Amino acid sequence: MTGRPGRRGGTSMGDRVFESLCRGAGLFVLLLLGAIIVTLFIGGLPAFREFGAGFLWSADWNPVEGRESYGALVPVLGTIISAILAILLAVPVAFGIAFFLTELAPEWLRQPIATAIELLAAIPSIIYGMWGLFVLVPFVQQNIQLTIGDALGSIPLVGFLFESRSFAGTSLFTAGLVLAIMILPFIAATMRDVFTQVPPVFKESAYGLGATRWEVVRGVVLPYTRISVVGGIMLGLGRALGETMAVTFVIGNANRLPQSLFDPSTTIASIVAMEFPESLMGSLKQSSLLALGFLLFVISFVVLAVSRYLLRPRLKT
Amino acid sequence: MSATTADGLAHAPARDQEVARALGRRRRLVDALVRWLCIGATAIGLFFLASLLFTLFWRGLAALDWTVLTKEFEPTTYGDETAPKGGLSHAIVGTLIHTVLATLIGTPIGLLVGTYLAEYARGSALGNAVRFVSDVLLSAPSILIGLFVYQLVVLPLGGFSGWAGVVALAIIVIPVVVRTTEDMLQLIPNTLREAVIALGAPKWKMITLVCYRAAISGIATGILLAVARIAGETAPLLLTSFGNSVMSLDLGSAMASLPIAIYQQANSGFPDLIAIAWSGALLVTLGVLAINIVARVLLRRRR
Repeated sequence: MTGRPGRRGGTSMGDRVFESLCRGAGLFVLLLLGAIIVTLFIGGLPAFREFGAGFLWSADWNPVEGRESYGALVPVLGTIISAILAILLAVPVAFGIAFFLTELAPEWLRQPIATAIELLAAIPSIIYGMWGLFVLVPFVQQNIQLTIGDALGSIPLVGFLFESRSFAGTSLFTAGLVLAIMILPFIAATMRDVFTQVPPVFKESAYGLGATRWEVVRGVVLPYTRISVVGGIMLGLGRALGETMAVTFVIGNANRLPQSLFDPSTTIASIVAMEFPESLMGSLKQSSLLALGFLLFVISFVVLAVSRYLLRPRLKT
Repeated sequence: MSATTADGLAHAPARDQEVARALGRRRRLVDALVRWLCIGATAIGLFFLASLLFTLFWRGLAALDWTVLTKEFEPTTYGDETAPKGGLSHAIVGTLIHTVLATLIGTPIGLLVGTYLAEYARGSALGNAVRFVSDVLLSAPSILIGLFVYQLVVLPLGGFSGWAGVVALAIIVIPVVVRTTEDMLQLIPNTLREAVIALGAPKWKMITLVCYRAAISGIATGILLAVARIAGETAPLLLTSFGNSVMSLDLGSAMASLPIAIYQQANSGFPDLIAIAWSGALLVTLGVLAINIVARVLLRRRR
């Protein structure tokens, strides 16, 4: 065995090279994330320095030279409101789809429907944007906004949320709707995956006691998968927060505080997409947009990290 | 309720049955209601897919002709029949160049990272960190990758360039390939690895000659999914290769791509340009969905 040292040396050399290549690539990915954070922070530093902590809660967005003043409040609010709206709209539907696919649908129907829903996730966001602008926006404008405004506008305290004087159809609500459709397949797929991981014995015991399908899901499946379901919802939230093109098409891109859900607004991602390409290199505006990007990164990093932490025990099989 | 009287003894079972029957009715009713709600939810999901595809075909096919595929961008004709009609050839070529180069750059890196996670770093702290970061990158907002590459490539080079777009898309490719490569390598039974090692082969030969071959269809699926993902990616390109209205093969300057062309023409407000945008949207969607379906078929054949 030790008769051919040259050969042995050669193979261990090959192993060393290949292993360090692989480890190098792994470290490169770590470095990449670090570089993204640092780059965005350094790029946003002039804005942070100029406006201080007030950057976070100022609603200004004034690019006029000499009176330049930028604040993050409107885009940050728009990002959070539209994403939460999307979650509120998408989660019940996604749950219904997951329940249907795991418990209700006949065997032959499950795969085709699951594939169809997953294809929804493959469609690029620009297509959602176009479809949103030319199909959803007119629909919201003509059918949803007035109906909801009439029905809910007079409720005390929260009525203002539904009454708007903007009738363009491009609004926070439309953005939330498009986002809901886009994150629907992600949440539904995660829920379906975790629902199928409930040990059959648990479900069969409940069925054996005479429980209906709904009772099995409410009493056995949901408690068993609760944490992963929340993880899946957070995953959807993470996607909704950073979605750019679809939102840019339908939110109206108005940088002022929205008074209602049907007012146009903006999000961090869409204000960056709209204003960054035409901002001057090294200008204060560009720095403010980079600072906004940094904020978006921090928000979505936290959400995605929590999501992964919650999903960890289930998806590691 | 006193069970000592004769009256109570006689009536209790009857009342219980009554209650049980009412309860059973309500449980069945709730179950049926939830069932219909779930069917409704599934119908909603399928309805949106159908609506998207229907709109795309209806409005995309209307304008899709040879001109769209072969001509470069032209400004709106304002309804003038004699004016030259534009097309998307510059954008189609741009998207092909972007996608191919980004896949060529991103795939080897992703493959190596996936190999590292599956073969070298199972359960190690560094491996878990890399896996976590790769998963975060997988879902991270793509516009931020655009901002990053802008700072990293566009600013130093002094302007938008095709290369910047390629770099941004390559960064998006990496985590997609990592995910599938690791998953597929982990599906390979350890006995196979042990057999190769027992023959005296070094580990790197075991990985490259045996594991990769055993997992090839899964890895190919990952690469196809990555291609489908970047082919329709718009946001990072806005900040990196920016778009161009003429055919350009020069990666050193601003370069057109299909999603950007769709974005600009859809927002132009001119009906003829919007029609061209729809046919571009149809092309992108058909391409992306076709790649997805091929990837699924590949994966199913494996399992």
